Amino acid sequence: MIKRILAVFLATAVMAGLLCGCGEATTQSPVASDETTDSSRADQGNEITVGIAQDLDDSLDPNLMTAAGTREVMFNVFEGLVKPNSDGDYVCAVASDYEKSEDGLTYTFTLRDGVVFHNGQSCTAEDVIYSFETCAATSVTSAVVTALSAITDISAQDNVITISLSAPNPDFISYVSSVYIIPKGYTQQATAPVGTGPFRFVSRSVQENFILERNEDYYGEGAKLDKVTYKIYEDNNALFTALNSGALDLVAHLTVDQVNNLSNGYNVLEGTMNLVQALYLNNAVAPFDNELVRKALCYAVDVDSLLSLTAEGHGTKLGSSMYPAFGKYFDPALAEAYPYDVEKAKELLKEAGYEDGFSFTITVPSNYQPHVDTAVVLVEQLKAVGIDAQIQQVEWNTWLTEVYGNRNFEATVCGFDASTLNASALLARWVSDNDKNMINYNNPLYDETFAKAQASADEAEQTELYKQCLEILSDTAANVYIQDLADFVAINPRLQGFEFYPLYVIDMSCLYFAD
Amino acid sequence: MKKRADIFLCTGGAICLITVCIIIMGWFWTPYDPTAMDAAAKFSPPSLQHLLGTDNFGRDIFSRVVDGAGTSFVIALCVVAIGCIAGIIIGSLCGYYGGLPDLILTRVCDSITAFPAFLLALVIVSVAGPGTENIILALGILFIPSFARIVRSEFARCRELNYIKSAKIMGAGGFRIMFRHILPNTLPVLLSTVTIGFNNAVLSEASMSFLGIGIQPPYASLGSMLSDSQSFLYSAPWYALGTGGAIVLLILGFSLLGEGLQQKR
Repeated sequence: MIKRILAVFLATAVMAGLLCGCGEATTQSPVASDETTDSSRADQGNEITVGIAQDLDDSLDPNLMTAAGTREVMFNVFEGLVKPNSDGDYVCAVASDYEKSEDGLTYTFTLRDGVVFHNGQSCTAEDVIYSFETCAATSVTSAVVTALSAITDISAQDNVITISLSAPNPDFISYVSSVYIIPKGYTQQATAPVGTGPFRFVSRSVQENFILERNEDYYGEGAKLDKVTYKIYEDNNALFTALNSGALDLVAHLTVDQVNNLSNGYNVLEGTMNLVQALYLNNAVAPFDNELVRKALCYAVDVDSLLSLTAEGHGTKLGSSMYPAFGKYFDPALAEAYPYDVEKAKELLKEAGYEDGFSFTITVPSNYQPHVDTAVVLVEQLKAVGIDAQIQQVEWNTWLTEVYGNRNFEATVCGFDASTLNASALLARWVSDNDKNMINYNNPLYDETFAKAQASADEAEQTELYKQCLEILSDTAANVYIQDLADFVAINPRLQGFEFYPLYVIDMSCLYFAD
Repeated sequence: MKKRADIFLCTGGAICLITVCIIIMGWFWTPYDPTAMDAAAKFSPPSLQHLLGTDNFGRDIFSRVVDGAGTSFVIALCVVAIGCIAGIIIGSLCGYYGGLPDLILTRVCDSITAFPAFLLALVIVSVAGPGTENIILALGILFIPSFARIVRSEFARCRELNYIKSAKIMGAGGFRIMFRHILPNTLPVLLSTVTIGFNNAVLSEASMSFLGIGIQPPYASLGSMLSDSQSFLYSAPWYALGTGGAIVLLILGFSLLGEGLQQKR
């Protein structure tokens, strides 16, 4: 009799166990379970395995890729004439030298000798011109494309490339770094990318992995690792479980809770993610088309308490579309523009005609735990002013098409990064007719100020205008700006040389094993 | 045999009574607001203030478990109700009248069962979008065949029995025979199916929330809590244990009840 009860009990316990198990089943690493010690990390040979939270499914073509996660990886494959370094400066890459004329209208680049593409072809001035032309002609409008439209002439003489501009642009060199040099006439970039970077593309298995190999023909110092395998874990728990089992050598973008739970002897490095995390509001749908409502939301959100709940206080408060890595533009005062004030928020809602609150849906990409956590806290904080927010978690792909592409959302929590090291990388998207203006922000004053900034040749004046843009965003409460997340990187203790960049990239070429 | 069944019934009944009482209590009162956060109390281990400790947002796990169990319970009840009612209607018509409609409906039911139930539910939810109503609908539809099949076989069996034949001779109508004479006789079988179905519904809901397509945060659900607790398995084991324990308890009660009913027969 007791046996039977026991049997039933065990059966249910097993069923519950299975529930637990089904998450882990997907995280099985190729490592035997009895050797999850340090030795089990994939550091046989000179190769590492990196865990990433999203597939590279937008496009591998340097001119078509949009996701920050994709650029983070492809940074290792592609290079421009110049490339950014970890200090935020630009160093020569495919060009060995460059010069800027005094009037800022002509740039002369000297092509480096012995630059070879991953497919064996050597890089010529013709490829460079082709790369600029292809980039300028892409259908994806970006700050880069806009900047390139100012080019009046691009010509080559031997290995010297001259670019003439119709108007000076102090940021021009940062755009040059985003024009990845690709071989002329090569059409398979989207599936088998070929660049000049320190790593070359080997293979991609959809939703499984992405493999890079050392570029033996690299002109410079090049990569120290032979091979980097990116393993894709679209489920955050699965990613963490794999990391904690010791199967991965490097995982970036961890939360503080995850770091506290790491038990496998990783080194943990802290930086910032260089993302503008915000509750992005679709300015075209009611009630967010009403500035008062957006302001009320800003007052209703207590960022300090949010930071202490989600990240034990780590993270930097932002008040506009700019993060502190851009010291030139970042203004910490904007973060205090809307101090936490429930009464004020209620007043504003009353003024806007939403005295009894309203309800809306926050669409969150489920693979980014920090964004989900932020959304969970936001929902709780908004309750205090009578706003009933619902969370809808969607897959990354759905988010990209529905929220980012079709703008079919009310609010979302996500982070925007800068693809180039200049302010317009973060600010161009809020111009009313920009096709990346996901929130349908429409403010003639902003458009005008931004256009002026773009046209300005004087660096000090331009900085001032960009700062004005940031103030306009803050004044009109375009979004509920939250934070630049603390970025924790768990890394195999034997791996050295990791560098944080002011961009959302991870440079694999500086990593090496210390023996 | 009878005595053993009684023990099952008693223990099962007692567990069910306790869980249902706690759940009902949870609708009116929980020690803390299930979504209220407290940065100062993050990851508190179980104590008198927090019976099952707190989670990564400092939310009281006991309150969340009670709240989540309540949600799971209601969903499971609705799912079983949909499955049972639709199953009885389809099953009784098919079983009693037979013929071509019977053949077609049985095959449709078979083909639904041919797919893993969970997969179909996933498809329905990902098309219709997550949300309590959609989960209920998805799972409810999937639970119809199991009920329909059992009711049908009972009806087909009873149809040939003498008391039905005499009822027919006395001029009783089809519906009177089906629902007045046959249905009460299928009750024992139906009841144990209901308890098993209930358990499956609780587990299915938990699994769906575990995968993130069920109840959306911040609202508590046993499955999503179990999923969240995974990340803190080592630093806050009480999170997973409390949540897992609640699922076990909820299911155990109804399993024992069902087992007892089945043996009593």
